[in-house]
Amino acid sequence: MTEHTLLEVKDLKVQIPTRRGVLTPVNEVSFTIGRGEIVGVVGESGAGKSITGSAIIGLLDRPARISSGSVTLQGEVISGLNEEQLRRVRGKRIGTVFQDPLTSLDPLMSIGDQLSETAMAHLAISREAAREKALQALIDVGIPAAESRLDAYPHEFSGGMRQRVVIALALIGEPDLIIADEPTTALDVSVQAQVLMLLKRLCRERNTGVMLITHDMGVIAETTDRVVVLYAGRVAEIGNTEQVLTSAKHPYTRGLVGATPNPANMDGDNARLNQIPGSMPGLLALPTGCPFHPRCSEVMPVCKTEQPALTPLGDTTIACHLATEASA
Amino acid sequence: MNDSLISVQSLSRVFDVSKPWLNRVLSGQKRQTLKAVDSVDFTIERGTTYALVGESGSGKSTIAKMLVGLLKPTSGRVHIDGVDLTNASAADIASTRKRIQMIFQDPYASLNPRWRVRDIVGEPIDAFLNVSGAERTRKIDELLEKVGLSSKDGAKFPHEFSGGQRQRIGIARALASDPEFIVCDEPTSALDVSVQAQVLNLMRDLQRDLGLTYLFITHDLAVVRYMADHVGVLYLGRLIESAPRQELFDSPAHPYTQMLINAAPRVDGFGRMHEAADGEIPDPISPPSGCHFHPRCPQRLDACRIEVPVVQHTGRRAVSCLLHGQS
Ligand SMILES: Nc1ncnc2c1ncn2[C@@H]1O[C@H](COP(=O)(O)OP(=O)(O)O)[C@@H](O)[C@H]1O
Ligand SMILES: Nc1ncnc2c1ncn2[C@@H]1O[C@H](COP(=O)(O)OP(=O)(O)O)[C@@H](O)[C@H]1O
Ligand SMILES: [Mg+2]
Ligand SMILES: [Mg+2]
Repeated sequence: MTEHTLLEVKDLKVQIPTRRGVLTPVNEVSFTIGRGEIVGVVGESGAGKSITGSAIIGLLDRPARISSGSVTLQGEVISGLNEEQLRRVRGKRIGTVFQDPLTSLDPLMSIGDQLSETAMAHLAISREAAREKALQALIDVGIPAAESRLDAYPHEFSGGMRQRVVIALALIGEPDLIIADEPTTALDVSVQAQVLMLLKRLCRERNTGVMLITHDMGVIAETTDRVVVLYAGRVAEIGNTEQVLTSAKHPYTRGLVGATPNPANMDGDNARLNQIPGSMPGLLALPTGCPFHPRCSEVMPVCKTEQPALTPLGDTTIACHLATEASA
Repeated sequence: MNDSLISVQSLSRVFDVSKPWLNRVLSGQKRQTLKAVDSVDFTIERGTTYALVGESGSGKSTIAKMLVGLLKPTSGRVHIDGVDLTNASAADIASTRKRIQMIFQDPYASLNPRWRVRDIVGEPIDAFLNVSGAERTRKIDELLEKVGLSSKDGAKFPHEFSGGQRQRIGIARALASDPEFIVCDEPTSALDVSVQAQVLNLMRDLQRDLGLTYLFITHDLAVVRYMADHVGVLYLGRLIESAPRQELFDSPAHPYTQMLINAAPRVDGFGRMHEAADGEIPDPISPPSGCHFHPRCPQRLDACRIEVPVVQHTGRRAVSCLLHGQS
């Protein structure tokens, strides 16, 4: 951990006891986010992206709980804090943006009141100053005629404008970190581009770190500095975004990139998308060894019995026996 | 030589979206209508894929439903292999119907959960083909294998399958009546990319092997680029540009097409900062006058507020924009 590290997630494990056994949706996940750095967390549905995000901000739904590992924010371990302490971390130090803006907004309170109350809760400022700040926040996220919109309610905004308001709300407490879980998945492509550009610009200007959760490789490429690829609750590959996407070392990452239509594989009559056979396993039926091995085109005998450790290979780091073999 | 299987002419659909009668009378409001599809024209050549792309509410699903007969057009015509579906005898419509099938976005909602896969796939066989007994069973097994499932899967129920496998069941059912034309409404939008790739590849293989014609509807330009021969772009119910795939992506003519292509995230777009287009899709009940796109258009002229652009044809491209060759 360097002095620029904002967030450090170390060996994070989340478990959910159920009648049919203990599920482990997040398993020994480790990564860091630096100040002002945008880190993507990508993977197909069920990979454990959202639960990782919830675990970091202490919003796991019971009976899910962090069973081991730690989350450290600016040198302070926040994974052991009680609910009251966590509430202060959320909003003030970590802002959140979710796929559905309505989960973050109170339908019965005006936008201006929500913004200024949040500002007052987290910053020692007067009501007047908070109102000023709320107006500036709306202007910053590009709400047209912001002054006249302060008294409007969430339902009076379009989907894209609502998500802008949520970003304003996430940023108004001047947090060091934003966790955004599929923030543009419900938006049309033109609005998605607007919202992503906005998020990127504001976080760069304020040196805010971002954990951007998405299933979209294109969004990862255009928005993030580094990327964590999750598969079945584990980190499959981690590294600089451009390096991971252009020279992926883990067969799963390579498969994902090849399955995403892109100029290299989609033009021409002979073009063919790369197929990964099968689909992500359920948590009750996780394969032994490397969880990806039944779908892997480069499976070796060791993959069926042993979980590979994260090992550097070339420019990225992968949890794959191809790397452990190479470094042996 | 142009060999079109599907021809759509001035197809329109208007929905009545008025408040209930009493509320309307009490609050003194007029009837309200919504033009979901507005004079759309296109043809699809036999054995090819025509993709309709557009953001939500642009009228894609409404067009799909009119083509398969789930919804009546308000006006306009749909010809399938020369038969005018909007104005044909009941017998002609019945014999044409079995040549058209549909694949839906949601493989969960579109399969009856209480039916075994065998019965789901067999339903169109019973409805349209004169096949029974061992031959029917053989045909169902063959269909399941064709879409990458096994004949044993016929005995199972939909909930025993993953999303991608359920979409394969949907495809097997669509193929069961030996159709020539399949309308696919966002068939992979609910699937993960690795599974989407399986389904898209399967659909291309089936097209090649069976000579199928597709209307492929999606909001995802990357998928369009992989699947389409010809592409039509919809905005608020109007077809604003259509062109062969390569032409459309290499040199989009309409400012809206340009904006869409620019806004789509690209796996090779590292650190790209794009000038995102302004605004959002307006209320379809009272769309902007003139060209519907004018309030968001970076290249708009004064006339765009007033004049509805007439479609201009150059080669195989059609564009409705005042910037393109109108006096
Ligand atoms: N409360 C819960 N009980 C049991 N399983 C759960 C619960 N919440 C999530 N899961 C499972 O945990 C896995 C990861 O979920 P999630 O983090 O939401 O995935 P992602 O966001 O990557 O799509 C999934 O397999 C999901 O079904
Ligand atoms: N049954 C209906 N009644 C009223 N409005 C409808 C109905 N079906 C669709 N619409 C409206 O028609 C427009 C086009 O819808 P749709 O064809 O579903 O668009 P898309 O599939 O492109 O998202 C939308 O504004 C939608 O709200
Ligand atoms: Mg999620
Ligand atoms: Mg639709």
